[in-house]
Amino acid sequence: MSSKFQRSNRAGWVMAGPAAVLIAGFVILPFFFAIALSFTNQRLISPNPTEFVGLANYRQLLGMAVLTVDPVTDDAGQVVMKDGAPEYPSLRSLTRNNPDYPHLQGMREWSSFDWGQSRVYILARDVVFLTAIVNTFIFVIIVAPVQAGLALGLALLINQRMRGINIFRAFYFMPVVVSIVVVSLLWRFIYDGDSGLLNNLLGAISFGAIPPVDWLGNPSTALGAIIAMSIWQAVGFHMVIWLSGLQTISPTLYEAGAIEGASKWQTFRYITWPGLRNTAVLVLIVITMQAFALFAQIDVMTNGGPLDSTQTIVFQAIERGYGKQDISGGSAISVILFVIVLSISLIQRWLTRERT
Amino acid sequence: MAAISADNHGLRLAVRYAVLILIAIIFVFPLVFMLMSSLKPDQQLLQDTASLRAFLPVGDISLANYSAAFDRAPVTLFIFNSVVVTGITVVLSLLVCSMAAFAFVFIGWRGREFLLTVILATLIVPFETIAIPLLLIASKLPSIGLDGLSTGWLNSYHVQIVPFIADGLTVFLFVQYFKDLPSELIEAARVEGASWPQIYRRIVMPLAGPVLATAAILKFLAMYNQYLWPLMVVQEEGYRPVMVGLQYFFQQNVAWGEVMAYLSMITVPVLAFYLYLQRAFIASIASTGVKG
Amino acid sequence: MTQMKWLAGAALAAAAWSGAAQAQTTLTMWYHGAGNEVEAKIVDQIIADFNASQTDWKVEMQSFPQAAYNDSVVAGALAGNLPDILDVDGPVMPNWAWSGYMQPLQIDEAAIANFLPGPKGYWNGQLYSIGLWDAAVALVTRQSYLDELGLRTPTLDQPWTKDEFMAALEAAKASGKFEYAFDPGMAWTGEWYPYAFSPFLQSFGGDIVDRTTYKTAEGVLNGDAAIAFGEWWQGLFANGYAQAAQDPADRDSGFAAGKYAFSWNGNWAAMNTLSQFPDTVFLPAPDFGNGPKIGAASWQFGVSASSQHPEGASAFIQFALQDKYLAAFSNGIGLIPPTATAAAMTDNYKEGGPMAVFYDLTKAQALVRPVTPGYVVQAKVFEKALADIANGADVAATLDAAVDEINADIEKNGGYGH
Repeated sequence: MSSKFQRSNRAGWVMAGPAAVLIAGFVILPFFFAIALSFTNQRLISPNPTEFVGLANYRQLLGMAVLTVDPVTDDAGQVVMKDGAPEYPSLRSLTRNNPDYPHLQGMREWSSFDWGQSRVYILARDVVFLTAIVNTFIFVIIVAPVQAGLALGLALLINQRMRGINIFRAFYFMPVVVSIVVVSLLWRFIYDGDSGLLNNLLGAISFGAIPPVDWLGNPSTALGAIIAMSIWQAVGFHMVIWLSGLQTISPTLYEAGAIEGASKWQTFRYITWPGLRNTAVLVLIVITMQAFALFAQIDVMTNGGPLDSTQTIVFQAIERGYGKQDISGGSAISVILFVIVLSISLIQRWLTRERT
Repeated sequence: MAAISADNHGLRLAVRYAVLILIAIIFVFPLVFMLMSSLKPDQQLLQDTASLRAFLPVGDISLANYSAAFDRAPVTLFIFNSVVVTGITVVLSLLVCSMAAFAFVFIGWRGREFLLTVILATLIVPFETIAIPLLLIASKLPSIGLDGLSTGWLNSYHVQIVPFIADGLTVFLFVQYFKDLPSELIEAARVEGASWPQIYRRIVMPLAGPVLATAAILKFLAMYNQYLWPLMVVQEEGYRPVMVGLQYFFQQNVAWGEVMAYLSMITVPVLAFYLYLQRAFIASIASTGVKG
Repeated sequence: MTQMKWLAGAALAAAAWSGAAQAQTTLTMWYHGAGNEVEAKIVDQIIADFNASQTDWKVEMQSFPQAAYNDSVVAGALAGNLPDILDVDGPVMPNWAWSGYMQPLQIDEAAIANFLPGPKGYWNGQLYSIGLWDAAVALVTRQSYLDELGLRTPTLDQPWTKDEFMAALEAAKASGKFEYAFDPGMAWTGEWYPYAFSPFLQSFGGDIVDRTTYKTAEGVLNGDAAIAFGEWWQGLFANGYAQAAQDPADRDSGFAAGKYAFSWNGNWAAMNTLSQFPDTVFLPAPDFGNGPKIGAASWQFGVSASSQHPEGASAFIQFALQDKYLAAFSNGIGLIPPTATAAAMTDNYKEGGPMAVFYDLTKAQALVRPVTPGYVVQAKVFEKALADIANGADVAATLDAAVDEINADIEKNGGYGH
């Protein structure tokens, strides 16, 4: 292994130099710019001077609080009951213009539960952003394994010698070559609540037993619909990456396996899978990165709705930075995303490290 | 005995093809829908979405949407612009990023680990989040044109190309692939006195067919689908790419037939590029053979 | 290869052209109408006429697709690359003027004395932009529907009250003839929401922001009137009068297909509807308590702050204000001419014309959207709030959140110069 790294500072810098300079100038420098912006009140459009505001943007995005509320009592100290349950003062009366709770001004309910007689509210300064974080994680956690697994299955399926296999390979890849914007536009027709193809198909299969669903208009199905479409769109791409990994495995290994009388599973487990190690790292990391950057589908199909069920981190970054001209807030979201993904990829790298 | 196994073989083959075809249908149906819709008048197009007719060239079929699309927007110009920008970027990107990956994997040099980590970290930065700072930078860069030295890269091809030549993902693709190449080949070449550029050109790159194809198609797609950046830096129609052109078709009353026609037309170059790559890709695997 | 030749040829031709026209100073202009052939033709005609009418200036236009236009202008401004003349959506103008993208027009006030108020863009007491047309929204239905449902035809003097309007929706729903009684246009996300729906809120007595100070939305967007509006709005969807998640294709063609009894739609779509149903009628907005209201102001022309030749740019804009061009736009795309004299020259808006009602509607009911640089953000916040309420979110909590976001934005911008 060490012989691989014969030293040559000059050759190394000369060959890596162009890429390093370009990335430094067109990615790293602007990103540092964005980090700096996130500590200011910079607006996209404004005649006002830029001011340093410290962590204010981050506090606004991530600020949370817990509030325990006791039930309303009447003059006699008895808990007031309403519809068989204790009545609580409305949250609105506590978080709005209430001099007793200045630190809660403008906070909203993120979730709540009952604790004995009291009700515990978890409040957030920016409920939408927290929802976006959760949605993004749901998306990544489902898409990364499912897409990687399906893609590997397809790659194994397509990596056999059969007449016409190239045609199938091209077909499976086709959704990838179509822009995600285009794909999202097409799938809007498929997911349509009244006359959509999916509803008609389900209706036909079940002889009308499955009622039509407004896939994108229903908060409980919208994110799932986008997940399914995203997997469908990109699985062909990862199939090709797996394929190029499969091609690097020497045929002699398979021949040796065949001579030993290895079963299909054994062949996969002991020859194919170890040979795909670097590919697996690549596929997983690429999918994770792409999944965290989820934006175009949302922008075309749902705009984050209905009821924030499809808000995502990058969509929020853009919605704020451009749509609401809050470039410092948008930059802060980008920095938060960067920190999240960096931590995850460090964990991924640690988990997939070469144990030598 | 022989007859039974032949039968068995035939059945298994039939099942295999059936599975392959079923999967193919799942992947292709929206595109068939797009193509067929591009041939239909709006009214019929929307009615057909409710049935299997959506996938069939039935009813009032014509190329009217295509000619209407050409009347509405300079479609050829947009495709030409996108192909120029995308083609040049892909070629330069493959060169620059594979060289860098070569240096990272095979050569030992001061700063190597650090630089690779930093470049990989840039993978995480979504482009949208650095677009505004990048715009401010691009608008200050000097350029030399027919009219001498000027500042600002707006309204040109190079402003759409240069920032995207090097990217972390392409470097990463090459790095992961190069790690799998047999290091004995490189060592042997060093022993024989080959220079680093010679090893890069004569030994590593001829073996890099599959990753070149993968990196090329990925870069092609990313570039061809550019929207936000050209929107910000191109104000002249003459340099506008296809995705910005798509917006020409979203007027108050969307002419869906024209949209489908335009989508079909802009998808053709990408499909052609992939099919071309696939042939080159298979050829390269067949010719190198020795691996692992 | 031929493409290359063609490009080279075009470049040469352009070079030769600019050489020949050396005497005139070039004024650049950006316009949002790319992809709209009819509009492009009229604008091209105005430019050609202007360039031929005098020897000082020569206007050259770049057009952009509307969906990409505002972002292009902002990017152009950030990069220090704005044209001399640009067009701007009326409610966005204060934002660009305040930011220093635009400068006041040098136009004789007398030239626009007879204009409707909507197309005149004032900020800080100065005229920054002027429109060649206005747009209006009406409650679109068919006379035959009204007759079948036994409904009174509302007039400008006697619009429907809230109860009458809801009774009309109920009648349409009960008839079973329609998929939905009412089509507010939910599929048109974006500026349509504040443009088309905030007048309902204003008719209830609320508003997006407090127009006396423009410094807060507290009390107007979450006060009693606003909450009453929110409950009413939510009821439209909860009670099945309208559909919260509308298919864009239904918005474009649903009324023509007979899916809706009433459609809340703009005059730009009116020509299509009329050709489909000759008995289409355009009813004034219902009065929800504080008078019937509709939105005003559409796209307008202005001069960029960086223009070296504001007098030339203003000259062009003033040239474009001639009645014949105003009438041409109206005839071409169905927009409302801003002067009575131009209206008289059009097919649709002349006395007794099929769309003359829109001219009267605009005159009687139109209210501009809040004239503040903060409007751009406020519009987005309002849009989200309305979408959420339509989808069943708690009305008071949603409006409170909207107020907080608007107020935080105003504070972050130092009050937007008010």
